Amino acid sequence: MTQFVLRRVLQGLFSILGASLIIFVITRLSGDPVVLMLPPEAPEALVQQMRERLGLHLPVWQQYLVFLGDALTGDFGTSYRWDMPVRDLIFERLPATIYLASAALAFSLVLSIPFGVISAVRRGSWFDRFAKTVAMLGQAMPNFWVGLLLILVFSIHLEWMPAFGADTPAHVIMPAIALGWYPVAAQTRIVRSAMLDVLESDYIRMGRSVGVPEGVLVWKYAFRNAAVPLVTMMGVYFASMLGGAFVVEVVFAWPGLGRTVVEALFARDFPVVQAGVLFAAIMFVIANLLVDLSYGLIDPRIRHDR
Amino acid sequence: MTEMSPMDHAPADQSRTDQPPVLDVRHLVTELRLRRGALRPVDGVSFRVGRGETLGIVGESGSGKSMTCLSLLRLLPRPGGRIAAGEVLVAGTDLTKLSEKELARDWRGRRISMVTQDPMSSLNPVYTVGDQVGAPLRYHGLAHSRAEARARAADALGRVRIPSPEARLDDFPHQFSGGMRQRVVSAMAIACAPEVMIADEPTSSLDVTIQVKMMDLYKQIQEETGVAIVLITHDMGVAASICDRIAVMYAGRIVEQGPAREIFRNPAHPYTRALLNAIPKLGEKSKRLYALGGQPPSLLDMPGGCRFAPRCTLADAKCLAAYPGDSDLGSGHRAACWRLSEEGAPDAA
Repeated sequence: MTQFVLRRVLQGLFSILGASLIIFVITRLSGDPVVLMLPPEAPEALVQQMRERLGLHLPVWQQYLVFLGDALTGDFGTSYRWDMPVRDLIFERLPATIYLASAALAFSLVLSIPFGVISAVRRGSWFDRFAKTVAMLGQAMPNFWVGLLLILVFSIHLEWMPAFGADTPAHVIMPAIALGWYPVAAQTRIVRSAMLDVLESDYIRMGRSVGVPEGVLVWKYAFRNAAVPLVTMMGVYFASMLGGAFVVEVVFAWPGLGRTVVEALFARDFPVVQAGVLFAAIMFVIANLLVDLSYGLIDPRIRHDR
Repeated sequence: MTEMSPMDHAPADQSRTDQPPVLDVRHLVTELRLRRGALRPVDGVSFRVGRGETLGIVGESGSGKSMTCLSLLRLLPRPGGRIAAGEVLVAGTDLTKLSEKELARDWRGRRISMVTQDPMSSLNPVYTVGDQVGAPLRYHGLAHSRAEARARAADALGRVRIPSPEARLDDFPHQFSGGMRQRVVSAMAIACAPEVMIADEPTSSLDVTIQVKMMDLYKQIQEETGVAIVLITHDMGVAASICDRIAVMYAGRIVEQGPAREIFRNPAHPYTRALLNAIPKLGEKSKRLYALGGQPPSLLDMPGGCRFAPRCTLADAKCLAAYPGDSDLGSGHRAACWRLSEEGAPDAA
């Protein structure tokens, strides 16, 4: 088990390193930030001086090594735009993103688990079709569109919900729905098909043959077996929500990492973009590691194998 | 353990004809509705099993043995499977008339239980053995606390001769060997001391040496509790070793049934004879191993007359025209063959 965890952590470190290299090169292909920082009539000498101050005069590979070295000591540089240490900026914005992604994940599970389980038990029923329709709607609409519709209906017409910001717990509801509706279809489908398999199994029949009530068979005995594929899928979606809530954060003016990175990108604020993507990659790796570890909690065979 | 069995111990060889049967199956018809049409894998099956008695149901695969089993507990595949006619009386109550809820609450696992074909897949891989063996006790109100359920689960594991049962309660099924898993499944089935236990090929996936041990174990449990056992098997040797009475099934019907000794000594139905001939005998330097020619009929295309007629060497026009009635051969031995009703036992199979 320890060996397994160590191996996964090591693999994760390589993923993070790879992500940092790619984003480092790509940001530098996007153009020269100094051009945006100085007025067009600034003298060439001043531009050169600015480049040197930011370390942009070095070859890209040397810049990368400097970045890596600094990052290892916890120094991610200073934001060109906000003029504050990038580390402080990230740590200020990251919790909001984790909060939003967790709320979105919770929303997606609250829909997809009952949808999938009940659809499997009553396959072909009106509920099965209803659940499929609701789930497909979320997959068919882009999340910014869902977000705009929610704002239009619940904030503007009904005035039930705040349209943007993150001041109260109610503020998270609409962005969480906009972000969490998309995976509902796939999660429902995977729970439904896993439940169909498990419900046909010999051990469910055995449980039934000794008089275990149907509800216990479905929600306890069968669901735990069907949960492993769900956890895998859920982990992937959670990781992508952590790193990819850009659009929803922008729509709802959510003070998270995604919106910060988008703004930094337009400003060619290299340190912020680099660190933002790096942290998204780290969150992604951690989420996947947690998924791997949770298998063992669900299924003792996996726990004992490792 | 004494309070587990409300019944007193009857000697195994005592005549049981004077008491009513604990399991009385009457003209059971089971239907499976598929897209291609409705099948009747069980088509008019009747048998009785007394307390402390073991009935063996033998036959080829596809003869309807397992479907008969599943019908008794109403565990037929859903949707599509249903009992179309007949009665399943356990201690006088017709299980086919009960609601699903009543059946689960008062009967399944409590008064009639089942051990299924494959012990490897009959246990839930993500729950402990203690949890699973304790489940029937908890849901039938025989254990009122977690501690009591554990104690009684350990007791049940002890009765199926699992060494140091308390220590194994928190183990998971994958930590047991195949034979031990079958014991765990059996412990689940007997935990509430049911009156009837159905064992559907309980040993066919185990080693031969373990098969013998399991059969001995069932006999011991039967002597301790008086449980009536219905043993489904395709193995005549297993049937001979444990069964008091034997029913031979072919194509959804029982073609012959009677005391085990009678069936082995004086098989009356050509199909029973063919089955017995197919057993290789030790020390008999014989010709080729006997094998019955042909295939059982398809359930979708059942012959109109005797279902065995297409494979029977003695069949004539009458056999192909109509299904024969049961002939009483004395001491509970009955067989369904035209040859018996006309001119006594057929000469050769």
